Amino acid sequence: MDQAAFSALLAGAWTTAWISAIAIAVGVPLGLALALLREARVPVVGHLIVLYVSLGRATPLVTLVLFIFLAAPLFGFPLDRYTAAVITLILNTAAFNAEVWRAAIRGFPREQVEAARAAGMTRPLYFRRIMLPQIWITSLPGLVNEMTFLIKASPAIAVIGIVDLTRVTNRIAAVTYEPLPPIIAAAVIYMVLISAFVRLQRRLDERAHRLTM
Amino acid sequence: MSRWDILWDHRATIIRGFENTLILFSVSSVAAFLLSSAIVLVIQTHRGALSGFFRTIVDGMRMLPFLMYAYILYYGLPSLGIRLDAWTAGFIALITYHAAYFAEILRGTWATLPKGQTEAARAVGFGNLAMYRRVILPQLMLRTAPVLGNQLIVCLKDTAFLMIITVRELTAAASAVQSTYFIPFEAFVVAIALYWLTSMAIEVLVARIGLVAERRGLGYGHVDSRR
Repeated sequence: MDQAAFSALLAGAWTTAWISAIAIAVGVPLGLALALLREARVPVVGHLIVLYVSLGRATPLVTLVLFIFLAAPLFGFPLDRYTAAVITLILNTAAFNAEVWRAAIRGFPREQVEAARAAGMTRPLYFRRIMLPQIWITSLPGLVNEMTFLIKASPAIAVIGIVDLTRVTNRIAAVTYEPLPPIIAAAVIYMVLISAFVRLQRRLDERAHRLTM
Repeated sequence: MSRWDILWDHRATIIRGFENTLILFSVSSVAAFLLSSAIVLVIQTHRGALSGFFRTIVDGMRMLPFLMYAYILYYGLPSLGIRLDAWTAGFIALITYHAAYFAEILRGTWATLPKGQTEAARAVGFGNLAMYRRVILPQLMLRTAPVLGNQLIVCLKDTAFLMIITVRELTAAASAVQSTYFIPFEAFVVAIALYWLTSMAIEVLVARIGLVAERRGLGYGHVDSRR
């Protein structure tokens, strides 16, 4: 592999990284909002969220990204590939994140809300000062775990023509006629990236355990 | 003619794609489970190089995106003179990739089983293989059912990646029909519905296994209470 191949590979890695980063930055708070809405037990909204999470868990990203990219223009929303990819990853990861957040909300001790009420805290203040800082710590390992799943599923966006870290190997091979070196190099980059997240998750897990002790 | 009518006329293509997806999923998940059971037995009962080798493979595989792995088998191996057709590459990729995930799930749960069991089994004369098959593995299957169920759904979804290496599965079929008649909404809604139904069928099956586990006192809650 020459200099051009290496810079192509890095460009592909950058595409994967920024698209995943946006999906994570939006998907984590969106998951929290969905979990809170579901736990608020609003009649119809709750059922819709259950349906959304169930569909989100079952739909392959390849299918979803094709659906969003090709069907959106029919409804008057022409999307460029990158927007379609980001929306797809957000919709997918938010469904999984909602489940992680919900487990933390459900496991949260009731006594704390009673104590906060007795001390005269309003609900939003209680959520911001008491609940969120704690469920953040207990949810974080699970959320980071979902991030690794998101990165592992992200090559699906290659199907709508985005040259990410996976698809760039085809581009390089088309020039060099040597597919194996770029594929191995891309695989190594993925493994370095994902192992960093796995180590982070382990460390956060220990912190969360200390909190619940 | 409405768009749905067009799709209905081409239902044979979609059905063939769905059948292919079901074949890929069911054959691969059963084979992956059998392979993972063997790998876990080696990891847990052998000391030395072979056990370390499998642990490294299992850990490494879980850091690789599935499509990247399929690329290695389908586009990479021909450089070494090994040429696989798309279906063979797809099957090998699904089976070995998910075997690594299943193996990690089973290994993690085996570590939580009480040590006395193995000692008791050995005391009454069970060898490694017989003990594994009759005592350990049935418990592992029952205890890990919910987690294995999630992994089965991941396996189902991973079959869709194989359209990128030209396997004619459900998403490829929907994509072929939509590109000829330009009915992307209808084609992919049907595909997504079929994936959804399949995953619900998997969940029903897993819940059944969970009930058996509960009846035998091996339920999920039971595992937690012992930690």
